Amino acid sequence: MNGRHDVVPFDLLSPTDRPYFELLGNGLVVVLPPQRPSAEGWGRGGPPHGGAWIHLGEDGRARAFTGKVEVGQGTRTALVLLLAEELRLPLASVALTMGDTDVCPWDMGTFGSRSMPDAGEHLRTTGAAARAFLLEIAARRLEVAVGDLDFNDGRVWVKGTGGSRSVGFGDLVRGLRRVEVVPTSARPVPPAEWTRAGRPTENLGGRDAVTGARQYTSDLHRPGMLYGKVLFPPSYGATLRHVDLARAEALPGVTAVRDGDFVAVAAPTLLAAHAALRSIRAEWEAPAQPSEREIVDFLRRHPAEGEEFWDVIHHEVGDVPRALAEAPVSLTATYTTAFIAHVPMETHAVVAEWSGERLTVWLGSQTPFRAREALADALGLDLAKVHVIVPPTGSGFGGKHAAELAVGAARLARAAGRPVRIAFSREEEFSQAYFRPMAVIDVRSGAAKDGEITAWQFHNLNAGSAAARLPYRVPNQKIDNQPAASPLPQGSYRALAAVANNFARESHVDELAAKFGADPVDYRLRQLEDDRLAAVLRAVAERARWVPREAPAPRPAAGARGRGIAVGVEKGGRVATYAEVAVAPDRRLTVVRLVTGFECGAIVHPTNLRAQVEGGTVLALGGALFEAIHFAQGRVLNPRLSEYRVPRFGDVPPIDVILLDRRDLPSQGGGEAPLLAVAPALANAIFDATGERLRSLPLTPSGSLP
Amino acid sequence: MTPDPGSRPRPRFQLRVNGVDHPLSLDPDRSLLLALREELGLTGTKYGCGEGECGACKVLIDGFAVRACRTPVGEAVGRSITTIEGLAQGDNLHPVQTAFLEAGAFQCGFCTPGMIVAAVSLLLRNPRPDDEEIRAAMEGNLCRCGGYLRILDAVHRAARASSGPSETTP
Repeated sequence: MNGRHDVVPFDLLSPTDRPYFELLGNGLVVVLPPQRPSAEGWGRGGPPHGGAWIHLGEDGRARAFTGKVEVGQGTRTALVLLLAEELRLPLASVALTMGDTDVCPWDMGTFGSRSMPDAGEHLRTTGAAARAFLLEIAARRLEVAVGDLDFNDGRVWVKGTGGSRSVGFGDLVRGLRRVEVVPTSARPVPPAEWTRAGRPTENLGGRDAVTGARQYTSDLHRPGMLYGKVLFPPSYGATLRHVDLARAEALPGVTAVRDGDFVAVAAPTLLAAHAALRSIRAEWEAPAQPSEREIVDFLRRHPAEGEEFWDVIHHEVGDVPRALAEAPVSLTATYTTAFIAHVPMETHAVVAEWSGERLTVWLGSQTPFRAREALADALGLDLAKVHVIVPPTGSGFGGKHAAELAVGAARLARAAGRPVRIAFSREEEFSQAYFRPMAVIDVRSGAAKDGEITAWQFHNLNAGSAAARLPYRVPNQKIDNQPAASPLPQGSYRALAAVANNFARESHVDELAAKFGADPVDYRLRQLEDDRLAAVLRAVAERARWVPREAPAPRPAAGARGRGIAVGVEKGGRVATYAEVAVAPDRRLTVVRLVTGFECGAIVHPTNLRAQVEGGTVLALGGALFEAIHFAQGRVLNPRLSEYRVPRFGDVPPIDVILLDRRDLPSQGGGEAPLLAVAPALANAIFDATGERLRSLPLTPSGSLP
Repeated sequence: MTPDPGSRPRPRFQLRVNGVDHPLSLDPDRSLLLALREELGLTGTKYGCGEGECGACKVLIDGFAVRACRTPVGEAVGRSITTIEGLAQGDNLHPVQTAFLEAGAFQCGFCTPGMIVAAVSLLLRNPRPDDEEIRAAMEGNLCRCGGYLRILDAVHRAARASSGPSETTP
């Protein structure tokens, strides 16, 4: 559809009045209408969504559309499995288009572990409705009741005829141009009856990945394409005082643009673009910025209004001050986490191309529809004049929500009259993207003589409220968070604040258990009020061959081994992680073994979920042990992989993954919760090994205990 | 001041990639990665960091894995370069590619070409590596999706598939 000027994106048209058949040919279309955001926030039906739609074609294939994107997390295959289940089709007969704003349903973005509970449910329901319509058509055609029919692999037949009276899906919809809305009666197959979903399956499209054929945004080449580079400020918040583009503009084939503080160049080759950028003379006004050394005090002194996804929580039950005053045992501690970077293997990349007044943007993004809006706003365009496509993307981890780079590429492309590609260098990726926010968490607790926690006061400064609530029975609780004016740009990150809040809570609970000489597993099980979480914890303790023990006895640090455990609840998932560490005489830390147990309802795609849990565990290892952005005067001091350490082969111990499949519960996302318990399990294991309690992430910035 | 690259001498030379000679006109100090991706359109080899830290740009030169981002294209002239696109023979995947598929050894897939190239290079010299040898050989390859254990599994599978089980049988 690229290049046509009269295109109206499907989501801007009424669900029953879209040119489905012009796009895909004759067939049956079943559409789930959108639910837009309401002024009051998320309605009773869950978060706002753009619905879903499926086209069943004369070729017997199903083509489905969702606004969610695949950035490597494997949801494409999981969603196709759900559709194949409803329609009893082979995977090869189901195609899924994701994240194309011209033809996909509107979507708020791929974050928050929403792909399974949202897109998964919508596609299942739409698939169930499509199945019902097909069977109705077949019943009329074969002159029997729907109940007399059976179907599989794209054919419908009359039961008991040995397949002699049968018809294919393609024949059922031949000549049709029928659009049906999903009725409220649509009933997806219950997970307990799944025969396609829920089974081990290879991810789709793997052959392209192993042959190098998979084309990411940074690989795309459009005819006449130029290479763009952006002139970034030398420090955060710096403003442009003066810039001279004359020398850049004089270079052959170079286009330079300035729009406020945004300055960029485009040139026929990457080398020429670099040269053009270097030829620009710019003067910047840099405001004073706090540096790392003073950051905790700075955040405490600079509270700020909450930002969009910094959900502010203020949860209070019972009488915390009184319970704290009366508690025979109390504990006060502060826990911190560092600013860390997403470090996606593929840096931010975009290709922008104009066709008349219509703009097409290929963007490695988790939020294509938001990007469309941002582009339309920034460029003064009608929404319908912007088309965003998300090609395969080399991971995101919450780091690919912004649209500024796309706007820049679009401006350059318009000025040059040619398509333009911009891809961040690794150094730009480190210094121009945003970070996972640093957290400062103050915890005060009180406990009865038998160890039972009676009072819990928990305050998160800057990072957010995710997973701050207690999974334990505590009669008096005060849990809140306060956004702060961070000197570094900060934003979403896989499991965001949940990792920080979980680190603080599970470390603190471990400290309490030690105070009472209680076994860390038993101490938790006694107080957990979440049975699903307790089941996960038990499974992990069993696999780890956990031996109940009393308080960690002080022991020599030399050559010590330690074992730690932690739990977490987030986005509907329940997780527990066991960590075993060794601390060498020179205080170097080795992670010997990890066990992660996870439960997120009915498992749609077990092969991929296992990969997600393993991968999330590895990602979390980096933030737990050594990842930290260093900064001074608004500059990142370690914007290179040689200076910012992420987990490598040698850092990864054996990881045992236990998946608990709950076919009786709705499927929840699995991308985030598996990260939650890694850092506290490690801190607790270090405590067990050495008797030293570490309350700041990363735990071992230089590879050794501080 | 850096001179305009357009004014630099751009000698013409041949680069042998995946068995084919490609005429190229480029400053020989420029990286092999730039030549492969932007001049020859072989985009299977990825840019990850530009400083030889991530391994996404690994290609084989005369059978040895090298980081294309740190290799001047001039050094590759007269030698045989194999990229990820050149490993399969027609429709037949290289055993390491098959092993990566079977092991599900990738998520976003961006590190995969470099991982496969590194594994091919290792197995050429050490057909039955153990865990530690694989880890050591591939320490310079990053996977941010955290698929290291699956990649280990894939390399072992490829080793088994290539050398067969008989070698270790007494």
